[in-house]
Amino acid sequence: MRGYRKISLGISAMLASLSAHADYSWNFPEPVTPMALDTLHVHNKFMLIAMAIFFIVLAIMIYSIFAHRKSKNFKPVTDKAPSTAVEIFWTLIPFAILLLIDFVIMGIPAYHSVIMMENTRDKANMVIKITGSQWRWQYEYMDGDAQGIKFVSNLSTPKEQTDKGFDGKKDENYLLEVDNHLVLPVGAKVRILMTSADVMHNWWVPQFGSSRLAVPGFIRETWVQVEKAGTYRGQCKELCGKGHGYMPVVVDALPVEEYKTWVAAKKEELAKASAGADKEWTKDELVANGKTVYEKNCAVCHQVSGAGLPPAFPALTGSKIANGPIFGADGKYLKDSHLDRVLNGIRVMPSWKALLNDTEIASVITYERNALGNSVGDLLQPAQVKAARQ
Amino acid sequence: MASIDESKVLSAKQQLDVKNQRLVRKLLWMLLGSLLFAFALVPIYNVLCTMTGLNGKTQNSATLLAKAKIDNSRWVNVQFTSSVMSGLGWNFYPKTTSVRVHPGQIETVIFVAKNTTNEVVVGQAIPSVTPGIAAANLKKIECFCFIRQSLKPGEEKAMPLRFFVSPDLPKDVSDMTLSYSFFPAVQLK
Amino acid sequence: MSTTTVAHHDDHAEHPTGIMRWLTTTNHKDIGTMYLTFSLIMFFVGGAMILGIRAELFKPGLQLINPEFFNQLIGVHALIMIFAALMPAATGFANWMIPLQIGAPDMALPRLNNWGFWLLPPSAILLTLPFTLALFGIGDGALATGWTFYPPLSIQGGIGVDFAIFAVHLLGISSVLGSINIIVTVFNMRAPGMTLMKMPMFVWGWLITAFLLIATIPVLAGAVTMLLTDRHFGTHFFDAAGGGDPIMFQHLFWFFGHPEVYILLLPVWGFIPQILETFSRKPMYGYKAQVYSFWAVGVLSVVVWAHHFFTSGMPVPALLYFMYSTMAISLPLAVMFFCWIKTMWKGSMSFETPMLFTVGWIILFGIGGLTGLVLADVAADAQYHNSYFIVAHFHYTLFAGGIMGIMAGTYYWLPKMTGHMYNEKLGKLHFWLTAISFNLTFIPQFFLGLAGMPRRIPDYALQFAEFNMISSIAAFTLGLSQLLFVYNIVTCARGGKKATAQVWEGAQGLEWTLPSPPPYHSFTEQPTVK
Repeated sequence: MRGYRKISLGISAMLASLSAHADYSWNFPEPVTPMALDTLHVHNKFMLIAMAIFFIVLAIMIYSIFAHRKSKNFKPVTDKAPSTAVEIFWTLIPFAILLLIDFVIMGIPAYHSVIMMENTRDKANMVIKITGSQWRWQYEYMDGDAQGIKFVSNLSTPKEQTDKGFDGKKDENYLLEVDNHLVLPVGAKVRILMTSADVMHNWWVPQFGSSRLAVPGFIRETWVQVEKAGTYRGQCKELCGKGHGYMPVVVDALPVEEYKTWVAAKKEELAKASAGADKEWTKDELVANGKTVYEKNCAVCHQVSGAGLPPAFPALTGSKIANGPIFGADGKYLKDSHLDRVLNGIRVMPSWKALLNDTEIASVITYERNALGNSVGDLLQPAQVKAARQ
Repeated sequence: MASIDESKVLSAKQQLDVKNQRLVRKLLWMLLGSLLFAFALVPIYNVLCTMTGLNGKTQNSATLLAKAKIDNSRWVNVQFTSSVMSGLGWNFYPKTTSVRVHPGQIETVIFVAKNTTNEVVVGQAIPSVTPGIAAANLKKIECFCFIRQSLKPGEEKAMPLRFFVSPDLPKDVSDMTLSYSFFPAVQLK
Repeated sequence: MSTTTVAHHDDHAEHPTGIMRWLTTTNHKDIGTMYLTFSLIMFFVGGAMILGIRAELFKPGLQLINPEFFNQLIGVHALIMIFAALMPAATGFANWMIPLQIGAPDMALPRLNNWGFWLLPPSAILLTLPFTLALFGIGDGALATGWTFYPPLSIQGGIGVDFAIFAVHLLGISSVLGSINIIVTVFNMRAPGMTLMKMPMFVWGWLITAFLLIATIPVLAGAVTMLLTDRHFGTHFFDAAGGGDPIMFQHLFWFFGHPEVYILLLPVWGFIPQILETFSRKPMYGYKAQVYSFWAVGVLSVVVWAHHFFTSGMPVPALLYFMYSTMAISLPLAVMFFCWIKTMWKGSMSFETPMLFTVGWIILFGIGGLTGLVLADVAADAQYHNSYFIVAHFHYTLFAGGIMGIMAGTYYWLPKMTGHMYNEKLGKLHFWLTAISFNLTFIPQFFLGLAGMPRRIPDYALQFAEFNMISSIAAFTLGLSQLLFVYNIVTCARGGKKATAQVWEGAQGLEWTLPSPPPYHSFTEQPTVK
């Protein structure tokens, strides 16, 4: 029987992995923020209470099961129906016990946790805006030295590993690695603003203990204060379509000095990237660069081949938009042209103008028009994208 | 059964039918009631939201210029942010990213919108405030979000927002963020 | 279908035979049988879907199914298990047993009863049809939003969402019709002398369920109708662009969704004490306390809904209110647990299959209840929410608390319904396999959730591999064990040792005064209850 073989294989695999690394986590991962620490304490306390109730009740029940059974010739007590007063008295006991547990033993610490979680009283050191979109996170530093830093964070686990049927060795941080980490200074209280560009998402790092829904059109907030340097990983936890399992969160917490270095470096990098827009690019350069951009950002819906997944995600190969003209006679880009669609999006198609820089947009458009089975032959210069944006 | 008078049995059955029908009718009224309640929840929810700031909704109409006293004893930091939603070919951003105000003090900030397409485009800005508790205390005197905005091709427009923070704002709120999401205007039915 | 239907060889009433009998029947026993058979079939359909999921999650990496299909399976699995397996099973027992328990000749509104049932198969087809259509290149499959339909994802979705919305409408009409019928039957058809406070517990459970359904199903119907008009007719109930609010859908959905949990559980809480008193050979303890607890749960269930989305963000007073009101549900439940155990205490217990399932049920549902109490805490909920912890929690309440309860009821009443004893050895084996593999499936999921694995993801990081593998293996064992259940029911329906009228030594109540199986038309003359 195949089922049997599968099970025995599974069990041996289990045993093997048990001995290989007995790295089971039986509880929340190590908390690194005050909120996560508090959550862990509350959780541990409540779990202990729940277990105590459970095992006490279970013990009484098991005693009864063994003592009061017919096979032992235990004669049932001839119960007269209890009088209402007696019944009320007895049933009030469990009621009272739970009343005490709910609203005192559990209720009071739970109250303090809620107040702490929702605390906007203490002024935050910095503010970060997080925008969820299908299926990537966008981070924007809203104030301080880092103001203006803005980037997109994409899953960076190699695609062949996440593809169906891959049987080789997977990366250590399989599905939990991104190209651009969010970087936060250790010890700073960071106010996090959440919103979404399309459907609901939920930004969650288990070690931070905070999670908040990202709702399109609305803004929400939570806060984190990472107290230990390190790299922390999490995932989106609101079902957001087919890429829901593929939008991890990775945060680097750096000591303040290193954080400052990172801010300077990141600013320089972004400046350099936007400077690239002024350069004249060749078609080959654009196509080569565009392939990378395409596979990172577009292939999840339109597929690596450009075939799309109709009807939800149209094919680019042979598409009217990807093969039509971009600019009108007045030199402005046309509505529903290739550039309009990529810059501004429509319905499910995201607007990329806030997510990609001029070079990336020019490259990916040039790539889509000259690869994926299309051969329009023209090219789009980053400078043209830059002009179109303004 | 045989011993019971035939006519009496029939009438008992009929009586039961009448009784059943009466109860069914009552239950159908109940059902209708819950259905109406379901749809009534929509306005109830919206009123509740603007009253309490649940979900960060702000009042979507102008507040009359209040004679609110300015509370000079405290500062509130009001931060602005914007999102341009998919399908809208605009640039849109706040000219100032944050202002410090006293509660009650009237302030004007400018948002800049530019249509980068070659067509007339109509957009609608949707405001949202966090923390939610602050939403009900952000009073707008004049806002571009009250009505739909139309921009000609290439047109750039400075959109003013005149507002004040109500002195009723809870003491523990020192920071608030006002976010505008600009959507392509929808056909309203 | 015909293999599992219950044979009534002894009836001599004039009714059509063959398929027409089942299409046109207004007999409460026939309709009850159809509900139960339908429920059993859909239990396997929903089960097959989730085994597809567990096979995919057996190890990291994508092996069998695409993420799109994965999302469709999880949502349809939930809708089928809730609306097409659990609810019809409870309604099936209601049809069979309420008239017998209250000494009525039939349900009050027999024709309505027939319509109520025959709405179910079309809605199940509507729900699953998009899978088949997708094979022929029409649409992109079934509902892929999870069973909660949250917009804007559900507004983005394909025709699967529309099909699911219509299916929910039909299912809703069906359960409302069933509820009206049950309420009218209970109020108007009780045997003389049976006052409300003398009604069997099961009837009480169903009476409150029926009222909850009438109060909340319209809210769900309204919410999904708004979704439909948002999708196709240009309204903006849930679209921020038009001044709507996607969070409002969560409020509407869970205003129905939380009472729904108790709609599934109250009928089970009804017959569990009856099984306990039968096998403890001692009347149940605290009848009144349990009835009042039912009422308390019924009322509380409609005022706690927002605890399903604490992380959506709401003002602190709202968070606190929903946290404390949720915790308050544990109060009536504590009373009920106490009464159940006090019923067993100093009884003379024997452990036939129904009793085994009931004892197992108390323990496992206890775990579901206690984790629910912990989940009420807003701060910790930020971690539990939408992680595998919540998945494990609601399977303890709905698989252990719901389905295993239904199984207890099935073994309890099967001899009454078929007139034959089922195979006791197989029944016990079924219990042990179910209980053990159920725990092995879901205990690892508690730990997965704590470790940070979100639900509804088709592929996962390497540190979650071991627990997922255990869970998958156990899930397959759990699924296969249910074949024993079907085999036992089928053989019992076909023959076997004759059951007496009393069936169980300690059984009490009007249904046990009738022969097994009861005649096609029973209690044509109502008994008098003293």
